[in-house]
Amino acid sequence: MSDAGLHAQLALAFDKFSLQVDLQLPRSGFTVLFGRSGCGKTTLLRCLAGLQRAQGTLRWKDTLWQDERHFVPTHLRPLSYVFQEPRLFPHLDVKGNLEFGFRRVPGNERRIRMEEAIQWLGVESLLQQRPESLSGGQRQRVAIARALLTSPQILLMDEPLASLDLDSKLDILPYLEKLRSHLDIPVIYVTHAPDEMARLAEHLVLMENGRVRAQGQLNDLLTHIDLPLLHQLDASAVINVTVDHHDPHYHLSHVAVPGGFLTVAYNELPAGSRSRVRILARDVSIALEPTHHSSISNCLPCCIIDISEDRDPARVIVRLNLGGEVILSRITRRSVDMLGLHPGQLVYAQIKAVALMN
Amino acid sequence: MRIRVLTSQLVLLAGLTFSAVAVHADEVLVAVAANFIAPMEQIAAQFAKDTGHQAVLSSGATGAIYAKITNGAPFGVFLSADDKTPARLAKENHADATTDFTYAIGKLVLWSADAAKVDAAGKVLAAGQYKHVAIANPETAPYGKAAVEVMTKLNLYDQIKPKLVTGENIGQTFQFISTGNAQIGFVALSQVYKDGKITQGSAWLVPADYYSPIRQNAILLKRGNDNAAAKALMEYLKSAPANQIIESFGYAICFPSC
Amino acid sequence: MLSESDIGAIVLTLKLAGTTTALLLVLGTPLAWWLARTQSRWKNPVAVVVALPLVLPPTVLGFYLLLLMGPNGPVGKLTQALGIGLLPFSFTGLVVASVLYSMPFVVQPLQNAFEAVHESLLEAAATLRASPLDTFRHVVLPLARSGFATAAILGFAHTVGEFGVVLMVGGNIPNETRVMSVQIYDHVEALRYDNAHWLAASMVLFSLVVLWALYSKRAPGAFRV
Repeated sequence: MSDAGLHAQLALAFDKFSLQVDLQLPRSGFTVLFGRSGCGKTTLLRCLAGLQRAQGTLRWKDTLWQDERHFVPTHLRPLSYVFQEPRLFPHLDVKGNLEFGFRRVPGNERRIRMEEAIQWLGVESLLQQRPESLSGGQRQRVAIARALLTSPQILLMDEPLASLDLDSKLDILPYLEKLRSHLDIPVIYVTHAPDEMARLAEHLVLMENGRVRAQGQLNDLLTHIDLPLLHQLDASAVINVTVDHHDPHYHLSHVAVPGGFLTVAYNELPAGSRSRVRILARDVSIALEPTHHSSISNCLPCCIIDISEDRDPARVIVRLNLGGEVILSRITRRSVDMLGLHPGQLVYAQIKAVALMN
Repeated sequence: MRIRVLTSQLVLLAGLTFSAVAVHADEVLVAVAANFIAPMEQIAAQFAKDTGHQAVLSSGATGAIYAKITNGAPFGVFLSADDKTPARLAKENHADATTDFTYAIGKLVLWSADAAKVDAAGKVLAAGQYKHVAIANPETAPYGKAAVEVMTKLNLYDQIKPKLVTGENIGQTFQFISTGNAQIGFVALSQVYKDGKITQGSAWLVPADYYSPIRQNAILLKRGNDNAAAKALMEYLKSAPANQIIESFGYAICFPSC
Repeated sequence: MLSESDIGAIVLTLKLAGTTTALLLVLGTPLAWWLARTQSRWKNPVAVVVALPLVLPPTVLGFYLLLLMGPNGPVGKLTQALGIGLLPFSFTGLVVASVLYSMPFVVQPLQNAFEAVHESLLEAAATLRASPLDTFRHVVLPLARSGFATAAILGFAHTVGEFGVVLMVGGNIPNETRVMSVQIYDHVEALRYDNAHWLAASMVLFSLVVLWALYSKRAPGAFRV
């Protein structure tokens, strides 16, 4: 894969844990390293940054960052890093923190301007303040802006929301989504939170016990028959949508998906803009006929791909082909028998709840 | 609590302890100039054997002992390293002037740790083949004052003065020379002398008429007035056994006269 | 009143303490940084050696220095081979001795200050393109400022107050090695109590000022720029 951005063949062994990965990550887009706590995703990210030293080879595009003989130290790698805690310098005010990395990048290599970063992360009013006077969410926004201001070729983020309360998380998520659409650099984002993964990931790397279990497009992995994501309590599919039109009277919005239209809660995105929806398997039921006499307004034709056992013996996971995208439905085994469901069958998916993710 | 054994290591401890308990009639606390502590230990041991009295020794610099006595330290007898301090104590009414006497006379040597450095006539001093000459502080130490007198008498003082290094006392002066940092220097014979011989290095025994006598005087302090052991010790210092010990350490004797 | 030689001793003392403190800050900073960050098995042995002057009687330290720096000691042989000559009885020798003697008073506050600078900030600086030296200069130094102030004050004050070591290696040469503490001792020994009082009083005054400075530095809100 010659167009890989980051190519890592790294191994690192501790007493009770070993990391062993051979990974190629895309040159652009939001890659999420996902896995439960202790699976090695943070360690891997630190090794990519050079904060921790693993054995093996690491390349960024055409540049060697590490092999048996060479090791490019962190400050010489064109990356930046957002840590779980903001790690702002306590002896500098917000402006001083923002300028710290900015000043260390030669003028002709700066692609992100100070005003841009300040505006994107909404920190204008904080510039003269000291880090200790900021809220957790504000600090993390400053930390993200500070990282961006080195105009990195790649941005590494290690659970930047994990140490924040829910309000602060909701405060920052939109900024991250904004970055995804504004930045043309790849982001590698570590998280163990399914909702962050679903909202942010384009490319997903699934990690288990220090190994890469699978990687690929987000929805491919979410709905992959052999991967554990399919059987999580909050098993879901994430599909891309285009905003079609708004209905101010009922305060609803209509979005286009590959197999038709979905009605979602009203939002302010202009018509034609792209977004994504997450559809939880437990919110999707199956009917043989299109239902017109139901309170569930989202009902789309699709084709059964397969039916597989779930963690609860009473239930199954049905994978449905919705105009080329896969969505999941979690229903009882009894319903499968009563409706006589089988692969290849044309059915209607009734989607109880669906929300745009921004 | 009883203090029996007198060893150099225990002297200070014993002295401190002693001051905290009632004074026995047959014990005396003795302040000894640091340069005389070794002979005094032997004398005290012999004194105990011959008279049954105990002398508890506490050593220190003469100036420091003076300060202690004038501030109420419970010493009965004082063996000074000079003759001025006892006289001053007597004048200030801390001691009995009639008991003041010279128990030993210090002998000055020009000494080097190098066995080939100092010739028997002390010509090395004039030759100037050295970087530093160590002496004791002439303002405070009698051996230092004597050293300056010797150099002055030889008309060498102005020439040597820039090369002088000064120890606070002759103990430190000895260290300067013994470590080789000062090539030669004036010390007390008692520091480099044992059983009639120079123990190490080379030395010139400076003729006694080159400098005023280094009198080390002893005096009975006020606190010792009613102490039988104190009075007995003053007498014992003039006895033949004591004189023998004093001479064996490189001092001259001045009693009954000199 | 203070005599001319008293003033000479004061000037010499300030010169010695100033030189010693400056040297200790230069030498002590990398040493303290190493002690604060290393995981080497040599950390504890080195820390113990640095702390040794805290427990050794100064005269003992001075005596060993006299031996080491003397013509038969390894340091003395080295300095002679280098053409410097012997260090005892010289101002340079006093500086060397004072540097060793006051070392823990400078290294330990610096080490504490460096240890208080969290590793996470150093990592953050590295991801913001700061080289280790750059990070030290622009993150560690400003954060360790009060540690430097403490180290400098303690190192200076301790050198001013030192007596035993100077006595052993100095040789009491006016304007070369006769510092205040030795001068006071001489006055006392010579029973010139008046002169001693004057000089001692100026030393007490100096110590009060230094300690006052030190304590006001330690005021709450330790962090200020």
